[in-house]
Amino acid sequence: MRTLARIVSVLSLVGTITPAVLFVASRIDLAQVKLWMLVWTVAWFVATPIWMDRQAKG
Amino acid sequence: MADQTPDGHQEPVNEYERERVPERALLGFKSFVGQYAGEHTAGTELMIGPLFVAAGVSAFDIVVGLVVGNLLAVLSWVFLTAPIATRARLTLYYQLEKICGRNLVTVYNLANGVMFCCLAGAMVTVNATAAGVWFDFRMPGLNDLYPNSVGWVIAVLIMGTMIAVVAAYGYNFVARVANLAAPWMVLVFIAYGLVGLRQLGIDSPSGFWAKAQDLVWKGGTPLPGQVKFTFWHVAFFAWFCNMAMHIGMADLSVLRYARKSWYAVATAAGMYLGHFIAWLSASVLYALQLHTTPENTAVLPGPLAYNACGIAGLICVIVAGWTTANPTIYRAGLAFQAIAPRSSRYRVTLVTGAIATLAGMFPAIAMKLLDFVALYGLVLMPMGAVVFVDFWLSRKLGFRASYAELSGTSFNWAAGLTWILTLFSCLLAVRLGGIQIFFVGLPGWFFAAVMYVILSRLYQRREG
Repeated sequence: MRTLARIVSVLSLVGTITPAVLFVASRIDLAQVKLWMLVWTVAWFVATPIWMDRQAKG
Repeated sequence: MADQTPDGHQEPVNEYERERVPERALLGFKSFVGQYAGEHTAGTELMIGPLFVAAGVSAFDIVVGLVVGNLLAVLSWVFLTAPIATRARLTLYYQLEKICGRNLVTVYNLANGVMFCCLAGAMVTVNATAAGVWFDFRMPGLNDLYPNSVGWVIAVLIMGTMIAVVAAYGYNFVARVANLAAPWMVLVFIAYGLVGLRQLGIDSPSGFWAKAQDLVWKGGTPLPGQVKFTFWHVAFFAWFCNMAMHIGMADLSVLRYARKSWYAVATAAGMYLGHFIAWLSASVLYALQLHTTPENTAVLPGPLAYNACGIAGLICVIVAGWTTANPTIYRAGLAFQAIAPRSSRYRVTLVTGAIATLAGMFPAIAMKLLDFVALYGLVLMPMGAVVFVDFWLSRKLGFRASYAELSGTSFNWAAGLTWILTLFSCLLAVRLGGIQIFFVGLPGWFFAAVMYVILSRLYQRREG
């Protein structure tokens, strides 16, 4: 579970910045940037506490 | 660094408040990278970047000025703060108490607390601009000093109250959110800049510099009511916006945990992520706003972030403001509590939060944040010079170090007068000499160092 959460966290960070990069490259429009950034933001805040809190307690 | 209070709430404590940090409690390099990166990617960065643009800064001046200024800030931590921190391993307050005496430290704490309250107020202001995106109330303009709508007052009141209550009762929860959010926040700040650049028509590295000069950091005349910023303004501002922390020695309390003094290079993470990338990104968003709606000069981080990155951008504003206002209010509370030690920590933090909320209602602090940050550093800087001279030069220059501890005095007049005379001289240079506040910190530090040597020799000879 923790390993999966870590993978999702890494993907979330990549996912947070990728829409902006794709927007600069004119691959997606601004509405899609906003949508995908929100999706990956939610994913980051759901997945990261699962491993980060345990690591802190450990 | 957390402890359990009698009523079960967790709160941070400065462990080893009156003793050296022991070997077993020392921390590794990575701890400082994370801490500094998080601390300097704050909500207020979203104010500072736009204010540079409002000040008519040019592309060369902002980019090179920030590189140089931030480097000087890092070197100040490395060569001035960390060597003392890792040798003495004491908090600034305890070290000051040994030098200045308890009563003078109390006055210092009061000044520190007031400054922290105002800074937290600016962070509450930033958060309230996020509320303005959802609720259609009138928000302050660039040159507004007073609250200009009932909606604004209510928004600040709600945001400030939430932050104050959490600072008093749920500090550790916000500290956890701050740790959690830090890497994500840095990326959202970068995204602000990328989206802004693309919307300004800058979509490739090849034409970046030419377009940045034409569209983003154009130089020329500043907006009405703003001071013109040159390379020197940017470099000195970047160097001294954390003056209280490095040459003011407040970060003795942080770096005393460092195993080696070179760990202070970790401050570069905060400087180049927060005070370079975040400032440039925020300034791009403001340049975009001026480009699309030239009549709209308001610096409102909420709408700026929302227009660029939608709800994720807005969440970043709230999290960045909240997670930095929280420890700021807490620290202000600690400073005030040192004056009245018997008062409840929670009550003091709540009252401090109320003062910060009141300060946040007045947009003057946030809209004049560049000046306020310079003033904040200036007020606390002279005591840094006192600590530096006392630690390194006292024996060589013929006076005794830690004089208050040795003599038992509760108010070392040499240190007290150094503080007052330095502040008075700096403010006089600003008011009557026409020197801008960003430039008086450096000569002020040397002035304080010389004054402390002269006054200490006189004072200690007189006291015998």
